[in-house]
Amino acid sequence: MSATAAALGQVAALVAALVLTVPLLARHLVHTYSSPRHLRVERALYRACRVDPDADQHWRTYAWSVLGFSLAGIVLLYVLLRTQQWLPLSLGMTAMPAEGAFNTAISFVTNTNWQWYSGEAALGHLAQMTGLTVQNFVSAATGMAVAVALARGFSRASAGGRVGNFWADLVRGVVRVLLPISVVGALLLVLAGVVQNLDAPHAITTLAGDTQHLTGGPVASQEAIKELGTNGGGFYNANSAHPFENPTPLTNLLQVYLILLVPFSLAWAFGSLVGDRRQGRAVVTVMTMLLGVGTALLTWSEMAGPGLVPSAAGGAMEGKEVRFGEAASALFAAVTTGTSTGAVNAMHDSLTAPGGLVTLFMMMLGEVAPGGVGSGLYGMVLLAIITVFLAGLMVGRTPELIGKKIGHREMSLVAAYVLATPALVLVGTAVAIGTGSGRAGIQESGPHGLSEVLYAVTSAANNNGSAFGGLTTGTTFYDVLLGLCMLVGRFLPIVLVLALAGRLAAQRVTPAGAGTLPTHRPLFIVLLTGVALVIVGLTYVPVLALAPIAESLL
Amino acid sequence: MTTHAPVTPGLPTLLRGAAPTAVTKMRPDRLLDNPIMLLVEVGAVVTTVAALLDPSTLAVLVSVWLWLTVWFGTLAEAVAEGRGKAQAASLRDLQTSTTARRVRGSADELAHTGPLAVRPTDEVPSTSLRVGDVVVVGPGERIPADGDVVEGVASVDESAVTGESAPVIRESGGDRCAVTGGTVVLSDEIVVRVSRDPGQSFVDRMIALVEGSERQRTPNELALNVLLLALTAVFVLVVATLWPIAGYADARPPVVVLVALLVCLVPTTIGALLSAIGIAGMDRLVRRNVLAMSGRAVEAAGDVDVLLLDKTGTITYGNRRATALVPAPGVEPDDLARAACQSSLADETPEGRSIVDLVGGGDQALPAGVELVEFSARTRMSGLDHEVDGRVHRVRKGAASAVAAWVHSTGGRPSPEVDAAVTEISAAGGTPLVVAEKVGDRPARLLGVVRLKDVVKEGMRERFDELRAMGIRTVMITGDNALTARAIAEEAGVDDFLAEATPEDKLALIRQEQEGGRLVAMCGDGTNDAPALAQADVGVAMNTGTSAAKEAGNMVDLDSDPTKLIEVVEIGKQLLITRGALTTFSVANDVAKYFAILPAMFAVAVPQLDVLNVMRLSSPESAITSAVVFNALVIVALVPLALRGVRYRPARAEVLLRHNVLVYGVGGLVVPFVGIKAIDLVVSLIPGL
Repeated sequence: MSATAAALGQVAALVAALVLTVPLLARHLVHTYSSPRHLRVERALYRACRVDPDADQHWRTYAWSVLGFSLAGIVLLYVLLRTQQWLPLSLGMTAMPAEGAFNTAISFVTNTNWQWYSGEAALGHLAQMTGLTVQNFVSAATGMAVAVALARGFSRASAGGRVGNFWADLVRGVVRVLLPISVVGALLLVLAGVVQNLDAPHAITTLAGDTQHLTGGPVASQEAIKELGTNGGGFYNANSAHPFENPTPLTNLLQVYLILLVPFSLAWAFGSLVGDRRQGRAVVTVMTMLLGVGTALLTWSEMAGPGLVPSAAGGAMEGKEVRFGEAASALFAAVTTGTSTGAVNAMHDSLTAPGGLVTLFMMMLGEVAPGGVGSGLYGMVLLAIITVFLAGLMVGRTPELIGKKIGHREMSLVAAYVLATPALVLVGTAVAIGTGSGRAGIQESGPHGLSEVLYAVTSAANNNGSAFGGLTTGTTFYDVLLGLCMLVGRFLPIVLVLALAGRLAAQRVTPAGAGTLPTHRPLFIVLLTGVALVIVGLTYVPVLALAPIAESLL
Repeated sequence: MTTHAPVTPGLPTLLRGAAPTAVTKMRPDRLLDNPIMLLVEVGAVVTTVAALLDPSTLAVLVSVWLWLTVWFGTLAEAVAEGRGKAQAASLRDLQTSTTARRVRGSADELAHTGPLAVRPTDEVPSTSLRVGDVVVVGPGERIPADGDVVEGVASVDESAVTGESAPVIRESGGDRCAVTGGTVVLSDEIVVRVSRDPGQSFVDRMIALVEGSERQRTPNELALNVLLLALTAVFVLVVATLWPIAGYADARPPVVVLVALLVCLVPTTIGALLSAIGIAGMDRLVRRNVLAMSGRAVEAAGDVDVLLLDKTGTITYGNRRATALVPAPGVEPDDLARAACQSSLADETPEGRSIVDLVGGGDQALPAGVELVEFSARTRMSGLDHEVDGRVHRVRKGAASAVAAWVHSTGGRPSPEVDAAVTEISAAGGTPLVVAEKVGDRPARLLGVVRLKDVVKEGMRERFDELRAMGIRTVMITGDNALTARAIAEEAGVDDFLAEATPEDKLALIRQEQEGGRLVAMCGDGTNDAPALAQADVGVAMNTGTSAAKEAGNMVDLDSDPTKLIEVVEIGKQLLITRGALTTFSVANDVAKYFAILPAMFAVAVPQLDVLNVMRLSSPESAITSAVVFNALVIVALVPLALRGVRYRPARAEVLLRHNVLVYGVGGLVVPFVGIKAIDLVVSLIPGL
């Protein structure tokens, strides 16, 4: 089988699997978030935590619940990382340094999973399981909850700013969606050869006669939610390039599938949640187009890409696993940056220059293609609001999306949202590149060095978590800078989205008429894609011109 | 349509007047509410300082063109305001102080006592009149203040305000009692109670409106402003962070180039034209003789979902007209025509005259020795008695039941055929009038039925079709019964009707539509319309209406033409479309500007970026200058469009969007490539570039 045929084959298999399962999961999601009934285990949880799952929260209460819950998560995780040496299953690991624990705690609570450390060399099993894996579940469920709250903003009429109950949304997201799929996913991964045990490291003697410690652990269970929740934090430093995490092309494809499953399903469910299925299909279409183009460009660049070495070798294999090859690595890279996952199965530092540009751009889109669980959906809906604002004006009406008018207040929230991440990326990059401590971490000279910094800050601010590599980030400077980027990049948008949801929920519904701009037809879909590309392009082109674009043109 | 404005000055004249005003508008404190232009001005100061410290052709050119950019922006606003200036001047003439005859006594006294015209008066200057004062105005005198006629009836020349030269009747009580200060009484004497203090009169408000001095930002303008500010903030960040980032790559561009990049990226086009668009939109309304009390109302007009229209006078001609005669069995059509005509000869109502017109009896004189029977509410019949050959002929016409009763009382027989005709005409939306005649002592005989019908104005169906295409539902309001209303609604092509409507019904209908999330527009003139006008999102009061109605609505139509609402809706839509189109154009322009500036900016440090120089601009300096010049000139080029507004044609939203995206979105991508290249061809000839 030729490389091209194999590349097309894996994409075809992926698309087929998604087409079959996304509508099913979407239906389950709609039921999960709109059913009035609680499961027995959920009721027990609510009772234990003393929360009323039926209280319809005002957006402010909802937002405070999200912030409070997340802050508690950060503190708990920080304490766990700082005290793991005294706890069971530590495998003899020492405490993480303060700034490193600060960074890691934020990283996992914000669904970023930026890892400055090597998992197998820094964390024991307890920290991995009760710290990181727990946050892998709840940070993902938090993102989904916020997206659902926004959907309620559209579907509710004159609801006085009430957007649902965070605790119920959180618990249901974990119990009814993430846990069951993770269990199935983990079993499939184990079947396919991923490691799952609680053993201490094995010492083996290599062919060359050296001694090597092989760390096993609860890898498959963490792997499933790592992908499903678009978290991306690997058990091992090498992440999904490590043969224990991702042993075969089949597990690779399964991981890519798990990454895309919830973001697409939630977008599909959005239609039903707001009472107009066509809206969900439109969002999915835009996401698919952006991801499709990104994947195609990246695959082309890696397989036949420019540059002396790749042309001579017939492909850009540096930094890629031989068991995957260029196409599967390119697909994984596009998917992991198009979602806010950040898991990697190849070293992005070694991607071709245009390939690196594509991964950067996918993140810069604001993680909407199809984005993180929840965050991709709300990011895309906010882009749709900007589009509908311009388009609505051009048809001579006060702009409205799904029956809700986009007025001055709504626009202020959307504008702040759209401004937040670029501000973090640009200012963060400027600070890192403009200070001695920032420059100290750069490995390569010239445009590639700039790409390394730009990638790290972009990844943190957009809560992606993948690393370009090359940049030494385990320093106080980067731990703090990236930690703050992750924190603000996650929760400022969330608060703005919830405020928007509250305002929308307080509005009446304007019924669609012949003068209303339909937001589900091809014209609008093309326009939304165009707006996303133009806004992101205009924001980042100058800095991209100095880094990967300059490098591509060398 | 008439306008009171003098002939609109052409653009060159306007420019001459506006140019100096525009310069004074460049003062930084006057740019505070336009942050984008203020930013450009700050940029101009920075580049000017840079040009002074380190003179170069590029720095000087960029500085000059940045100052021009700011000036073009203020010029657009000054030109838009200039159009209203001439109008305001002619309105000011109405405000010259006159002497008023004020009736002596306190407001309280005057409110309750009887005839006021006979009371003693003082001569006072019109500017001293306050609300509640009562003045007497005689023929040839100018009405000194806005008010309501409390006594008398007069014909008033309102042409100075409305532009309509035919005098109008103003009388106490009823719906035609409002008079406007500055208009002139032609005949008779009226007593007017002042309803407005000086400085708050109708004409004052008109002046403020046409001058644009009272302009407040509308909700949608505010929302757009937020978006523009966010875009500006992004670009400020982009350029500010480029300083350290480019420093790392040893590619730090000179300050002048960074400022040029910033000005080219921020949405200067729409930023410069935004307020001009708003002022010009209000001006377009004034030109159509509509005064909007707020810009908010104009914008709401663009969003209207439901239009409530009174049947009478709006959809149909004010009066019913006779359209057919239906003779009873055995009656010659000519006999019926003669009788119908005779019974109507003395009938001065429009319905009566229309019967005479129908049978072609306009030249008939009244027979000698006739005795007229006037219509009375009790008999509900009219007609005449006259003698022919010694026998008294009594001809009557009236409502079917009344005539039937009269025929019966004389011993005459009812006619099932006539009854059938009556029912049929009613069902078809007409009004039947039955004609009967009694000759001598014989019993009265039914002659037949005259069909009176509401005549729908020409072109209404087409207008309603247009409205439907815009997505607006029309509802006809009428006092008629449901049967009649349905027939007329079908004929006129409205979407729905409200029959036997009382003012309360109207109000309830508006509330019901609004609960459903729809925006409602209506027009009205009577005092009993006031609550509905106030409740409607867009309430257009007729100028002929009462002050209560004018006060309740948020627009006044000086022509008192109810179909004007349709034009108001179009102007509202045009306003939004123009804003959206120019914003899209402005943002789309940035793509080409990047292609011009980026390769030029990093020409030395990153020479490989020259492949992005797709326009093949002659040199880096020339590329940057060309982008800045294009950015400034495009403002000037778009001023006419901002003032005129983007053309609006009624169509489905998607059709409109496709058209506007192609013209302003795709056009906005392509035009600057061509424009910058063309400017580069000229600019590259300048030595030193």
